Amino acid sequence: MKPKHQRLVLAVVALLALIGAGLLAASALREEASYFYTPATLAKAEVEPGKAIRLGGMVQNGSIKRDADGVTVRFIVQDRDATQQVVYRGITPDLFVEGSGVVADGRLDKNGLFVADGLLAKHDENYVPRELKDIDMTTAEHSQDTLAK
Amino acid sequence: MIAETGLAALWLAAALALLQAFAGLGSWKSASPALASLTRPVAVAQGLLCLIAFGCLLWMFAVTDLSVLLVASNSHIDKPMIFKIAGAWGNHEGSMLLWVTILTLAGAAIALFERRLDAQTLGATLFAQSLLALGFFAFLLFSSNPFERLSPAPPSGAGLNPLLQDIGLALHPPTLYIGYVGLSVAFSFAVAALLTGKVGPAFARAMRPWVLLAWIFLTLGITAGSYWAYYELGWGGWWFWDPVENASLMPWLAATALLHSVAVLANRDALRAWTIMLALVAFAMSMAGTFLVRSGILTSVHAFAVDPERGAFILTLLLLYVGSALTLFALRIGSVKEGKQFSILSREGGIVVNNIFLSVILAIVLMGTMAPLVAESMGDKISVGPPYFNKATVPIGLLLMLALMVGPLLRWRSDDKARLKRLFAPAIAAVVAVIFLALTSPQAGFWPIVALMLSAGLGVASFLPLFGRNLLRTPLPIWGMVIAHFGLAVSVAGMAAESGWTTEKLYALRPGETVSVASWSVKLEDVAPVVGDNWVAIEGRLSAKRGGFVAQLKPQTRQFSNPEQQTSEAALLTRWDGQLYAVVAPISETDLSRWQVRLWWKPFVTLIWFGGGLIALGGLIALLGRIKLPARKQNENPWVPA
Repeated sequence: MKPKHQRLVLAVVALLALIGAGLLAASALREEASYFYTPATLAKAEVEPGKAIRLGGMVQNGSIKRDADGVTVRFIVQDRDATQQVVYRGITPDLFVEGSGVVADGRLDKNGLFVADGLLAKHDENYVPRELKDIDMTTAEHSQDTLAK
Repeated sequence: MIAETGLAALWLAAALALLQAFAGLGSWKSASPALASLTRPVAVAQGLLCLIAFGCLLWMFAVTDLSVLLVASNSHIDKPMIFKIAGAWGNHEGSMLLWVTILTLAGAAIALFERRLDAQTLGATLFAQSLLALGFFAFLLFSSNPFERLSPAPPSGAGLNPLLQDIGLALHPPTLYIGYVGLSVAFSFAVAALLTGKVGPAFARAMRPWVLLAWIFLTLGITAGSYWAYYELGWGGWWFWDPVENASLMPWLAATALLHSVAVLANRDALRAWTIMLALVAFAMSMAGTFLVRSGILTSVHAFAVDPERGAFILTLLLLYVGSALTLFALRIGSVKEGKQFSILSREGGIVVNNIFLSVILAIVLMGTMAPLVAESMGDKISVGPPYFNKATVPIGLLLMLALMVGPLLRWRSDDKARLKRLFAPAIAAVVAVIFLALTSPQAGFWPIVALMLSAGLGVASFLPLFGRNLLRTPLPIWGMVIAHFGLAVSVAGMAAESGWTTEKLYALRPGETVSVASWSVKLEDVAPVVGDNWVAIEGRLSAKRGGFVAQLKPQTRQFSNPEQQTSEAALLTRWDGQLYAVVAPISETDLSRWQVRLWWKPFVTLIWFGGGLIALGGLIALLGRIKLPARKQNENPWVPA
């Protein structure tokens, strides 16, 4: 093989590999990137059951209930305009309390219940989940109302 | 006074960096011995001054000098001494000072120890290194001054995030930073080679030990960080594809590719442009990682504070350095003569395959890490998590392992297929492994079984380069390669075992109740309060039993006082065949009759970090061989099989 040809072959192989990587990444991104919803946007969007999404909002006051098995938690996440039922099985994060912000990773089941497989609550003032910061702004007012009741 | 001393040392070091830039520039342009002899001491003095500044920072934290803003906002008088000191880099300003200190120490090390480079390229290298230092000095002094005073001084201090109050903080960031910033040497070498046009085997042999050194620390830092996250976060996972983890993985991937391509350049004088490019990319990834972590643009326990101004500053530096390096590359690479040719079926060919796979993985990780930022700038909110990364990187990583069985067996320049007959042994090992696994535990899933099969194959194949050699006379770099490749097989075996065979159980238990997880039966004996230096905790006392073996586990839920925060301390029981991982938490504030107990049995999970350690050990052995090398004849090449 002439030197020029070899270089060309290498360049083409490298290019093909990179294009392959791009396509693989793009398809995996389309399938696996989980989009962020608040209860209001989730109500409007038609999200198919089973698709990985993130849900963020405030934990409604008086909504946290524990099943008799001691490890399953049910609660309602709300924003200004809508609410969403969530179920989670596991140890809840330290600052998971009513009237405070939460981000849940999970998916909707067929009945419209959000099944979370991970919860993220505010850790401390230096570590606020990025999505929660905006929610704190938009829904603080609303959760104040429910607190007053 | 201490704070002012530190600040003065920093300013002086910055001034020396400026001087070094001119002297380095001069000794490159004019090859003047006078300027060259000036560059070296200036670089060393600069490193020493930064070390003094860093020493001042440590002192301030050790005595908790609350009149310094950084100490007041990140430390507390009631904190164990080790965490007071380690806390010095558990914040933005302190960690950037550590960054800059290592950067200038790397420059000092080049000035002291680099004897293989010609004077001109050395001058140009120190010139490039001083430009890097100048930018980060500016960042430190103008937007992240660690020595800023606070008046009046508060009485006690705000405290350190409890997650960081762990021995891991003392070890993990400095190790990782040496690796991260050590890659700046490769970057400066590459810039210098582009400036002088001297790209060849001699240059590659000079650059190789530096890359190796940075890579060893990067490997250790990532391994230690992974284990730290595993036991400290209490989530049972060892890798979360957190953007900050990715930020350390990306330079590692680039450095690993560089480590292999530089061997081709050193031995065969091929892949010239590609090696230079990788050296630039590796440090660009380090800087991008610093940007991601330090700008606060991402949510993470590593993002200490959100400050858009700092983010913009680092982004400017990043674009400036990477942009000018790439421009230089585009302008000058034409003058670098083409290297030697090789056939595809050769050692070089194998390394090209390795480089392509590593670059592809790097591209995928980079895309996934940046996608949320890109989406957000277009008004969309997405989060990219483990499903994406696993799906896209695992198949390619496994292909890379497959290629890794073949590559080291091939000769340089060209080879015939006959040598591949040796692959018979690893193939047998892989087939035996896959049959055994498919029969005994098909429930583990496709990827874990495939990964274990390849680990078995690679575990055998990694020793084949020793086949037919006199082991006592085998050069150290060959031993290093064998051990590192075997380490990869070990580590991947651990990952596969963890992901395919972990048993997880979650229970609500009353004291006295017994449950089972895998082959263990675990009893909650009781739950009691305990008190530590700056925390109180609820401690679960578990006894785990398997066969005739009984051991105690004491996981805690800790409540820290400064700052007020709760953390869970997992308890780990390590056996030869895996780890039992336990977490205990109260069900709620009112229900104290039962406790949530989460248990994992993770077979052979420790192999992940043991393998990581082996990879770094392989690097160390190779490095020892490389340092000895100049004493021998230069053309006696240990990579060419006799």
